[in-house]
Amino acid sequence: MMDNEYSIFVRGIGKRYNIGAAQQRSDTLRDLITAQAERIGSTLRGKRQKANNLNQIWALRDVSFDVKRGQALGIIGRNGAGKSTLLKVLSRVTDPTEGYGELRGRVGSLLEVGTGFHPELTGRENIFLNGAILGMHKKEIEARFDEIVAFSEVEKFIDTPVKRYSSGMYLRLAFAVAAHLEPEILVVDEVLAVGDADFQRKCLGKMGDVANSGRTVLFVSHNMSAILRLTQDSIVLDKGKVLLRAPSNEAVDFYLNRGLSKLGERFWEEDEVPESSAPFRPLAIRILDKQGQVSDSVRSVDPIRVEIDYELTEDITGLRVGFYLFTTRGEPVFTSFDIDSEELFKAYTARPKGVYTSRCTFPPDTLNEGRFLLGINASSYGIRRYFQDDQALSFSVDASGAPGTHWPESRPGPVRPALNWEIDEKGRV
Amino acid sequence: MAEANPTAAQVVTLKPAKGWLGIDLKELWRYRELIYFLTWRDIKVRYKQAVLGVAWSVLQPVLTTAITTVVFGVLLKVDSDGLPYPVFALSALLPWHLFQLSLQKSSVSLVGNSNLITKVYFPRVIIPISSVLAALVDFGISLVLLFISIAVYKLPLTWNVLWVFPLTLLTVLAALAVGQWLSALNVQYRDVQQMVPFLIQIWMYATPIVYPITTIPEGTFRYLYSLNPMVGVVQGFRWAFFGGTPPDMTLAISSLAVLVLLITGLFFFRRMEKTFADVV
Repeated sequence: MMDNEYSIFVRGIGKRYNIGAAQQRSDTLRDLITAQAERIGSTLRGKRQKANNLNQIWALRDVSFDVKRGQALGIIGRNGAGKSTLLKVLSRVTDPTEGYGELRGRVGSLLEVGTGFHPELTGRENIFLNGAILGMHKKEIEARFDEIVAFSEVEKFIDTPVKRYSSGMYLRLAFAVAAHLEPEILVVDEVLAVGDADFQRKCLGKMGDVANSGRTVLFVSHNMSAILRLTQDSIVLDKGKVLLRAPSNEAVDFYLNRGLSKLGERFWEEDEVPESSAPFRPLAIRILDKQGQVSDSVRSVDPIRVEIDYELTEDITGLRVGFYLFTTRGEPVFTSFDIDSEELFKAYTARPKGVYTSRCTFPPDTLNEGRFLLGINASSYGIRRYFQDDQALSFSVDASGAPGTHWPESRPGPVRPALNWEIDEKGRV
Repeated sequence: MAEANPTAAQVVTLKPAKGWLGIDLKELWRYRELIYFLTWRDIKVRYKQAVLGVAWSVLQPVLTTAITTVVFGVLLKVDSDGLPYPVFALSALLPWHLFQLSLQKSSVSLVGNSNLITKVYFPRVIIPISSVLAALVDFGISLVLLFISIAVYKLPLTWNVLWVFPLTLLTVLAALAVGQWLSALNVQYRDVQQMVPFLIQIWMYATPIVYPITTIPEGTFRYLYSLNPMVGVVQGFRWAFFGGTPPDMTLAISSLAVLVLLITGLFFFRRMEKTFADVV
């Protein structure tokens, strides 16, 4: 069916979820019985509707693509675009509802590090258990055992139950096992989002080695620079469909510029917000220019305003709403929350339910030219994160008229402050 | 690695699951190491941080035998088929404990391992299988009690004792058969795990453990009674170690019941497993 040079071949894959069943985690027999009774009741009354269609969503629809052997493919898309579902189908965790696909070679999936770790078992025991779960043979694990332990840097505690590990040690060990898995096809989901910066760098390096060693890699990440570094080609997913398949730099550009946001404003539909964010519900985020117009492109020399609209369906204590500003390469520029100032922090310790707008203004001459990304975060510090979307909105900054633009060079760095230079002349020689 | 040559690598097909699927024994064999590791994990974890550790697998049947002997043997004076009551109870309680533990563990096994099911592919049936196998280790240790009681009561030891192997296999298969049904149902309906303790209690009284099988009238009624797989097993155990009423027809009927439950259970499980990751 498929040529030998391909390792993945997927045609028309679709996955339908029954949200009724998926969301009521523990459907009980009683629910089933009452639901059946209601259905019969409404049939008798002659108004049985297509209730089925309302409770079903297509997480993936008509997805087709190939990956050549040894190629690393990135999968880009915002939350809920179907990336995780696609990886689950490809790693056979769940079956597709329709379509056909072939995978050539052993598939190793890294949908989460530490899958199957048992807190009561020692590090050594968990390496074997986790390795077996990820599909390694005992002999392979034995052969790589020392390497795994060395990578994880937990030699001293290898015979201690992992429940006594710090979270950092736990993650290092978990990633070490996963990184030494050597399948022909490696499916990776956002494992780099964990751990400290040092460890992330180490993981990224290891992933780079894997990608360069001739294995086929499917890589999902929100980190655009990781996508650009590790993959040659990427597909952009939106609402379960493949919008584009292109070299990664083009795909990232497309995703950030067009696929993601339009005209400097982003609205959240009700079905885009996970239920777990309640009682916080984001409504919109927008960028406003000097005239107060919603705009996708603002000038560096003007003030730039950011507004976040949201609804609280219940009173929340300690809520802070804010944003992360990133470059399109995923490098953070800065982070700011609405109650950062002492004054507002005291005034808004508790917020009654209702609809709010939090707004702020970047002073003129803050950002350099280029494209930026706003991520939104709503949380109560140390208690709970209600909602986070790292790619809520993107916008461009035009630097014309900014300091130094009389030279037509582009200047590196995300910020372009107007600094107060002074030049002293210390007398002539 | 065996798959070093890519042209020889296995090809995995993705397509929608339809209807009743066959059982892929070959695949199960390929995953034998995972069965081993999961079983080993269950055993390791069970007695961690228990001072008495594995001794519990001997203590439990001893304690239940003592209680049963006092209540049914001494106070109620239940007939024990010509055997001393403690021996009579112990010979039935050992396989019963194996069945009970296997059933308890396997019925909640899928839900208990939902983190694995939603993250990694492997034949799901491995999970109930390994929880049943883990219970088998306890049973193996507790068997020593039977030999001790043979010595204590100076009972003759015959070659019939070798029946313990097929009878144990039958117990394991019976537990696996029921465990498959219950674990798959429990993924969707958590009511199952609420029901299991009662099911086990009823089942115990529907098995000739505290009373002899001769209490059940011979003929059609006894045959119907033997549809309970544990009737044949328990009766067989007693006879293998201590003589008494031989199991004959009861064992045949019970084996047949196990076979039917096992095959239907496997098919049911295979049908349900396609949606485990979405529902659990």
